[in-house]
Amino acid sequence: MSKEKKYYNSLSHSRESVSVGNEFDEKLPLDAMFENADTLSASSTSRRDFLKFLGFGTLAATLASCEAPVVKSIPYLNKPENIIPGIPLHYASSFFSENTFASLLVKTREGRPILLSSNHKNKYGGGINARCQASVLSLYDSNRLKGPLEDSVETSWSNIDIKIKQRLEASNKKIVLVSSTIISPSVKQILKDFKKVYKNFNHIKYDTLSKDSILSSNQKVFNKRFIPTYRFDKADCIVSFSADFLNEWLDPAHSRQYTSNRKPENGKMSRHYQFESLLSVTGANADKRFPIKPSQQSEYILRLYDILLSLSNKKSINTNNTNHDKQLVSIANELLANKGKSLVVSGSDNKIVQEIVTRINILLKNYGKTIFSGRQSNLFSSSDTEIRALIDDMNQGNIDVVMFLDTNPIYSLPSSMGFITALKNVPTRISFSESLDETSKNCNYVCPNTNYLESWGDLQPYSGTYFLQQPTISPIFDSRQFQDSFLKWAGSPINYMAYLKKYFKTNFSQPWTKALHDGFVEVNYNDRELQPLDNFSSSDIRGFISKSGKIELELYVKGSMGQGVYSNNPWLQELPDVISKVTWDNYLTISPSHAKELGISNWHVSNGALDGHVVNLVVGDRTMKCPVYIQPGQAYGVLGLAFGYGRTETGKAGKDIGVNAYEFYNDFDKLSTTNVSIEVVSGKHEFACTQNSHTMMGRNIVKETNLSEYLVDNKSGNKQFLLHSHKGHVKPNDLTLWKEHERDVHFWNMSIDLNSCTGCGACVIACHAENNVPVVGKEEVRKNRDMHWLRIDRYYSSDMTKERAKKEGVGSIEMYKKMEEPSDSENLEVVFQPVMCQHCNHAPCETVCPVAATTHSREGLNHMTYNRCIGTRYCMNNCPYKVRRFNWFNYSNNNQFDFNMNDDLGKMVLNPDVTVRSRGVMEKCSMCIQNIQKTKLDAKKERRKVKDGEVRIACEKACDNGAITFGDALDKNSRISKEKKNPRSYYLIEELNTQPSVFYKTKVRNKKV
Amino acid sequence: MSYEADIREPLIIGKKSLHDISEDIARPIETNPNKWWWALFGTSVLAMLWGFGCIFYTIGTGVGVWGLNNTIGWAWDITNFVWWVGIGHAGTLISAVLLLFRQKWRLSINRSAEAMTIFAVVQAGLFPLIHMGRIWVGYWVFPLPNQYGPLWVNFNSPLLWDVFAISTYFSVSLVFWYMGLIPDFALIRDRAIKPVMKKVYTILSFGWSGTAKHWQRHEVMSLVLAGLCTPLVLSVHTIVSMDFATSVIPGWHTTIFPPYFVAGAIFSGFAMVQTLLLVMRKVVNMESYITLQHIEMMNIIIMVTGSIVGIAYITELFMAWYSGVEYEQYAFLNRATGPYWWSYWAMMTCNVISPQLMWIKSLRRNIVFTFILSIFVNIGMWFERFVIIVTSLHRDYLPSSWSMFSPTFVDIGIYIGTIGFFMVLFLLYSRTFPVIAQAELKTILKSSSDTYKKEKK
Repeated sequence: MSKEKKYYNSLSHSRESVSVGNEFDEKLPLDAMFENADTLSASSTSRRDFLKFLGFGTLAATLASCEAPVVKSIPYLNKPENIIPGIPLHYASSFFSENTFASLLVKTREGRPILLSSNHKNKYGGGINARCQASVLSLYDSNRLKGPLEDSVETSWSNIDIKIKQRLEASNKKIVLVSSTIISPSVKQILKDFKKVYKNFNHIKYDTLSKDSILSSNQKVFNKRFIPTYRFDKADCIVSFSADFLNEWLDPAHSRQYTSNRKPENGKMSRHYQFESLLSVTGANADKRFPIKPSQQSEYILRLYDILLSLSNKKSINTNNTNHDKQLVSIANELLANKGKSLVVSGSDNKIVQEIVTRINILLKNYGKTIFSGRQSNLFSSSDTEIRALIDDMNQGNIDVVMFLDTNPIYSLPSSMGFITALKNVPTRISFSESLDETSKNCNYVCPNTNYLESWGDLQPYSGTYFLQQPTISPIFDSRQFQDSFLKWAGSPINYMAYLKKYFKTNFSQPWTKALHDGFVEVNYNDRELQPLDNFSSSDIRGFISKSGKIELELYVKGSMGQGVYSNNPWLQELPDVISKVTWDNYLTISPSHAKELGISNWHVSNGALDGHVVNLVVGDRTMKCPVYIQPGQAYGVLGLAFGYGRTETGKAGKDIGVNAYEFYNDFDKLSTTNVSIEVVSGKHEFACTQNSHTMMGRNIVKETNLSEYLVDNKSGNKQFLLHSHKGHVKPNDLTLWKEHERDVHFWNMSIDLNSCTGCGACVIACHAENNVPVVGKEEVRKNRDMHWLRIDRYYSSDMTKERAKKEGVGSIEMYKKMEEPSDSENLEVVFQPVMCQHCNHAPCETVCPVAATTHSREGLNHMTYNRCIGTRYCMNNCPYKVRRFNWFNYSNNNQFDFNMNDDLGKMVLNPDVTVRSRGVMEKCSMCIQNIQKTKLDAKKERRKVKDGEVRIACEKACDNGAITFGDALDKNSRISKEKKNPRSYYLIEELNTQPSVFYKTKVRNKKV
Repeated sequence: MSYEADIREPLIIGKKSLHDISEDIARPIETNPNKWWWALFGTSVLAMLWGFGCIFYTIGTGVGVWGLNNTIGWAWDITNFVWWVGIGHAGTLISAVLLLFRQKWRLSINRSAEAMTIFAVVQAGLFPLIHMGRIWVGYWVFPLPNQYGPLWVNFNSPLLWDVFAISTYFSVSLVFWYMGLIPDFALIRDRAIKPVMKKVYTILSFGWSGTAKHWQRHEVMSLVLAGLCTPLVLSVHTIVSMDFATSVIPGWHTTIFPPYFVAGAIFSGFAMVQTLLLVMRKVVNMESYITLQHIEMMNIIIMVTGSIVGIAYITELFMAWYSGVEYEQYAFLNRATGPYWWSYWAMMTCNVISPQLMWIKSLRRNIVFTFILSIFVNIGMWFERFVIIVTSLHRDYLPSSWSMFSPTFVDIGIYIGTIGFFMVLFLLYSRTFPVIAQAELKTILKSSSDTYKKEKK
């Protein structure tokens, strides 16, 4: 390789040969380098060549040892209009699933929906609950079907269309569509069109949790099958018989209606009595709760009706005395005093009970005032007989084709009904399920529907409303809206979007784009109240009182799991139950005294986690092994079991979690009052609870008062804590060693009204979504390592109080032991308290961090700098509120934590504005600093101040009840400044002088004195 | 040459001459260890390796492999840290404070006590490192100039004070220890026959020639370092106690902590010295130098500091009641009667009740009893830190967050590993270092040994 030495004749000669740019002209001796050793040794190597070799070798080795991460980012070829990376876009859309409706505003980033919030929240029914909030994660569920299936084999839409069309055309028996209630007018139209093509087409409505009792009783009373709409905000006296209206009963709107009439500042509040067997969310919020057995519910309702009749001088219907007659009389008097301003509701599945309730409300003249038969709710429509008739039809071989839409009867019907065997008689079984579930697994064609966030649609949940649904992302997989399938199979030339537009144009005069932007159109409807028929005879109530058993079973709905559609959603699985605080589980609940009698117990193991006995639950001829959780406040002699668990065909998060309660949902009745027994079997069950203690231990954590006292003194229950000092009695924050922070830009504060918080947990899920909070799984929750930035503490009242101990001379040790025990009587009260980082202005965490990773902002927030954190956990120890969360492991990209953050699809839900934390760092509520920052920048660009209410943080947005208020306390006119002056406001553990930026407003009940 | 009353018990027994002392001290270094040493050494190495394995597992996987949770952010890690730091207190106290107080009985034990101090501080230092979530950025606790902008350590944080306190204590103790070792290494060097050994001890003895000038500088330096060490004896554990005392957690937030911790540290340090020396004096035949007199002296210190600790415990209870703060009152009631009552009563029994038996002379001169008691105190002092850390954290302000702690095999493994590591270091030390400061000890031969006391009579 060495060149021959060259001798220049002159200086100019040398310049000729060396011109600029030619210096490295010579090729690298790559051949020699990579050729075989012979070639290499044959070539002579000069010093310069050696240096070249050396340089190349070093460089090559260096480059080869660096693994460059492959980041697949593909730039837009043509940038879509309006999509600016980093700027979110919001779309109005709607949600309807599990018979729950919500009008939504969908936040999308770079084309991905990432957060849902309420639209039109105060005007119409519906509302965003925890499941709706979490549904955005289900969009990115890797368990969703990637394309249509024919006999469990992937196929193409064109093939499946041909096959199904052939089968439909060849059908000479019945073609049946089984679906949950459909509230879409255009879909109803499509089905009508479909029936024109296929004359033998039938539509069977099957709501997993039926409200047929209300529908049928109204059929009898008003001669119309409907569900009225309720206005809990107009009711001053509410009596509920196990209707969990703050959680699942009919409509999520009830919760915000209810709390809007629970503001003591208005000088009045509704009074709420709850008769129930289990401890429900509604019961926990009631002013007075009566635990009674399920079989007694009908008895009590009838008794109340009788008392009301006799008090209003009408003919009595002869009922027996109950254990609470005195209270019932007093309640009846109160109801009569509040005629037209009261509400009696029942969660019963018995249509006679519902009829009596309707009669009571008629007697109380509540129709047209707190209940509206003119404005009706369309959310439930199924009749219990339809599905039974279908099974018979299938068994007789009368059905050729069956289609399943938004329903999963194999999972949700008790196996005793024999649905699976009946289904085998149908040759063509089509499912529109988004993912493979128990029913679609048994179908020969699966035509995966798109997620609602990928779909067009229209919804009419209530009379007088028309909501639109629009796609916020193009379908991720090769799935297709079921409407398109129906149109195609009926031979329609247009797709559903065009169909919907056409439908809209025909029926409405408003511009389509405006309607789509608003997501809503108001329509005229007949709001005349229906006239009740006077066809009640006391013979109707013969055999009406349920038979009472020694042990009775009541099935209930958990706010987190609902009917079980979202069982594969890890956010919801990890959302603690509102009352029991148990995650990733369902279990039999039992009252403490009953458990003691049966020798059943729950106990804590050495790391504090809860274990419990396992029993065999026998109902009739069905036996199921269930763990038992001892639930204070539950009535004696009753067991509770939640729906929605025990899915066998679902994704990795939901599979085989808990037991399937639908097995006991016989005849669409949540109650089994006879033939129920349990026996303890060997083994133990491990629970994962986020809260293992029950009571407040006599501490002033949730401050409480009663309305009567509040009206006399608006600071009642909220006594200012004073410290003894040399200056006399002073407020804790008058004694301080620290310099105060400068407050000159903003001072972000948050107020939480404990009177408006029902404990539902929607805010917890919103926080998950907004802040990329990881899911850690059952094992870690069991170790008390849940990552929730926002938790809702639940405390039971105890029979032991300091006053009582003093009076009875009980010693301290004994007193505290007794205080740990929740009250096991009618007097049990429950309070909820959402706790997140309190953003202390004298923060204990800030002083102890050795590297100043957690610091205070000028705007009153406590910042957490993940990058600076070295993970000593000193801040976590020194936090009196215990709100700091440590990344014990890597929760993303870790097979040990195989949830949405270990999944390319699941990661699409992550908020790009928020870092995904790595292991070894501390994290906590940041008050959605990213939203504050964005709002401030927007305001700055427009050269104005940030407006009050402009910064909306995730939990505040998620709370339909308006329990959370966030704002700038330096702005004298802001909502938060007013809240700060509210006499109910207090700081949590004020005596520590941590000076939080978060404050609470006392809980006020309206107990009768 | 100091004078000591004849009525005092001799500090060196067995009719030793100066040469005997040299022989006795050099013997363990010049001879091969027996099988018991090997057995103990082997076990310790195994325990150490197991501990290192657990440490690597922790660092590789995450601190989650320990039994900690959202409520209890520290448990065995910091318990062990404080325990080891406490043990590391006796050495400096013996060599520095007793030097200043001219307590001659320190001379037979100061070398080993100091060695123990250094090895214990090594163990202690491990825990703050490995308890970090991100040990790889642990150097951020040092105020290093950097280019990240206004990034600096937080001088308000007691954890930062710890960094300075422990590192200062460690380095000063090490220097002090080594200072004393130089003349003794020279003795070994001069006696050494094997060339490698000679070479090594030549290097270790820093060219010591035993001239008057060397001795004079050595003495001055010892005094200066003793002066430096004395405040450190008080400062280290004071600062460690401030990790807790400056916090807001009931059970931690206590002004009594600094003196209470220092007393506790001396208490546990002496107990550990007893544990080690009672074995060592037998194994390497040092009964003539570490006599019953020495043991009794140390037992008296254990008794006194144990009583101080006991008073501190009772003061805490009194203050909790007297403060009228309900969280504080509950915290102490919970210690004694809550789910961790057993750890509280283990602490009380071992630390408060058992040292009171030392009032009985026959017991405090009983070697077996002393050994058992020293183990009791070691256990009790471990429980003291466990009680302070875990039972205070597990039930603090909001009952919703109350929790419990249970160690995992990793927690236990690391603890056992540090004991193994400590023993490995100590066993190696006992065969390679002069275990008694012979040069200094020789200075009292003529005043305090039985030979000379008898002669005078």
